[in-house]
Amino acid sequence: MEEKTILIADDDMDLLEQTTAVVEGAGYKTITADSEKSAMEILENTQPDLAIFDLMMENMDSGFILSRKVKEINHKIPVIIVTAVTSETGLHFETDNTKSSWIKADAIINKGIRYEQLLSKIEDLLK
Amino acid sequence: MESIKVLIVDDEPGMRLGTQRVLKKHKIDVDIESEYQGLELIIDLAESGEEAREKILADKPDIMILDHKLPGIQGVDLLDELKTDKTDIHTIMVTAYASIEVAISATKRGAFDFLAKPFTPDELKHTFNKAVKHLVLKWKADKLAEEKKQIRFEFISVLAHELKSPLAAVEGYLRIIDKRMAGDELSGYDKMIKRSMTRLEGMRKMIFDILDLTRIESGKMKRELKQVDIIEVLKDSIDSVSPDADQRGIHIHLNREEPLFIDGDQTELEIISNNFMTNGVKYNKDNGSLNINLKEADDFIIIDFIDTGIGMTEENKNRLFGEFVRIKSDETKNITGSGLGLSIVKKLVGFYNGSVEVKTVLGEGSVFSVKLKKGDNNG
Ligand SMILES: Nc1ncnc2c1ncn2[C@@H]1O[C@H](COP(=O)(O)OP(=O)(O)OP(=O)(O)O)[C@@H](O)[C@H]1O
Ligand SMILES: [Mg+2]
Repeated sequence: MEEKTILIADDDMDLLEQTTAVVEGAGYKTITADSEKSAMEILENTQPDLAIFDLMMENMDSGFILSRKVKEINHKIPVIIVTAVTSETGLHFETDNTKSSWIKADAIINKGIRYEQLLSKIEDLLK
Repeated sequence: MESIKVLIVDDEPGMRLGTQRVLKKHKIDVDIESEYQGLELIIDLAESGEEAREKILADKPDIMILDHKLPGIQGVDLLDELKTDKTDIHTIMVTAYASIEVAISATKRGAFDFLAKPFTPDELKHTFNKAVKHLVLKWKADKLAEEKKQIRFEFISVLAHELKSPLAAVEGYLRIIDKRMAGDELSGYDKMIKRSMTRLEGMRKMIFDILDLTRIESGKMKRELKQVDIIEVLKDSIDSVSPDADQRGIHIHLNREEPLFIDGDQTELEIISNNFMTNGVKYNKDNGSLNINLKEADDFIIIDFIDTGIGMTEENKNRLFGEFVRIKSDETKNITGSGLGLSIVKKLVGFYNGSVEVKTVLGEGSVFSVKLKKGDNNG
């Protein structure tokens, strides 16, 4: 079976480490970025099979900016955005892609999630 | 702009209207801060204690000019009621007999001042001014207390947030380890365990720093003043940071060897010295330098911590001494700290009639100049 490559961007060192470990533990290859900027650079010459972005990095909406970029390159690449926003500020995003055209992500999930949830989402989206 | 509500209670129409007329023409001048300058008076009248009671219930006045002798309920009885109601009305008791007993009993019941009938317009204005001044001071005190409460609340919110972040990180690692989510190879978990320990260490340091900070603020930190050799203190700090400094090729130099004594508390001076020393290394560049230069000026010692580090912008420089303030940038993102060091230092330096001055250039380095008084530092 061909190994799928997942791009992970998070400016929190620990969350990056954790997500990477879990994703690799599940048998995927990873490319990591610790900022929006370095994720952008990676996207210039790499096409991952899936991307996981932290929502807030240098910008409040870094995750969305990166997501848009991914979809420009190839709209078939699934994007998962992780955020603490929903739980901490009570803000709520529409995660159904068909309803909200401005948010170009396939899933938005809470930070501090059980990583099992992230893995099953990845599996779903890579089908 | 605020206004002052005044209620005049007197059964004699002449007294009521006369008092009102004097106050209406009176321009309040109580020598207070500008934000309370030009206060507007809203004057209301009542001809009996009963009517006054109703009006107070409907809309509490700030100042009440209350006749002692009224047809129904007496002035002092009304005061009694108000006292139990805990309303903070500044009452000026008006009495026909300038008797000391009435004054005492009125004051006991919470009257602010009293006026003896007959009184001149000037006497009225004078007494009224005193009440206004007192009232305004009370407003200011209330406002300050409210602000303090707000600051405390903000401090606790930030603290909770800062403590939550390492907890979440460690919890995340433990979950992964618990479920062996990173595979069966034990070495695959080494980094997670190291990171967990680092985050816990940072959390512990933060808690100790918070304790220091609150102890200093509450004045509960026991100070033991004696002659302390500041050179020894600085050398100890250098020793404690040198493993990190050596590893990164940072050269530390102290410009003086012979003892220099200061009347101070050993622990406090250590905290001050350690903070500047760690910062000077932490925020330095590899192969940079940290020079510590001592000068004496009159009754003061000036210690310059000169580093060739990352520096900062003028805007960030002004935020530095606030609690939990850390400057976020590519250079600082892998440096640990709680942002409490300099806020602790600032409070401590205050015990030494001292100050901290910062000169800094982004990308080039910073100079932190600490000025400490040599003697008489017990207050
Ligand atoms: N010498 C320096 N050069 C550049 N930046 C500095 C220097 N000293 C302090 N800073 C900046 O000021 C911030 C506040 O410093 P402070 O010592 O209060 O906290 P800290 O070092 O982050 O944490 P700690 O509580 O562990 O000391 C730092 O996070 C850093 O961004
Ligand atoms: Mg520090």
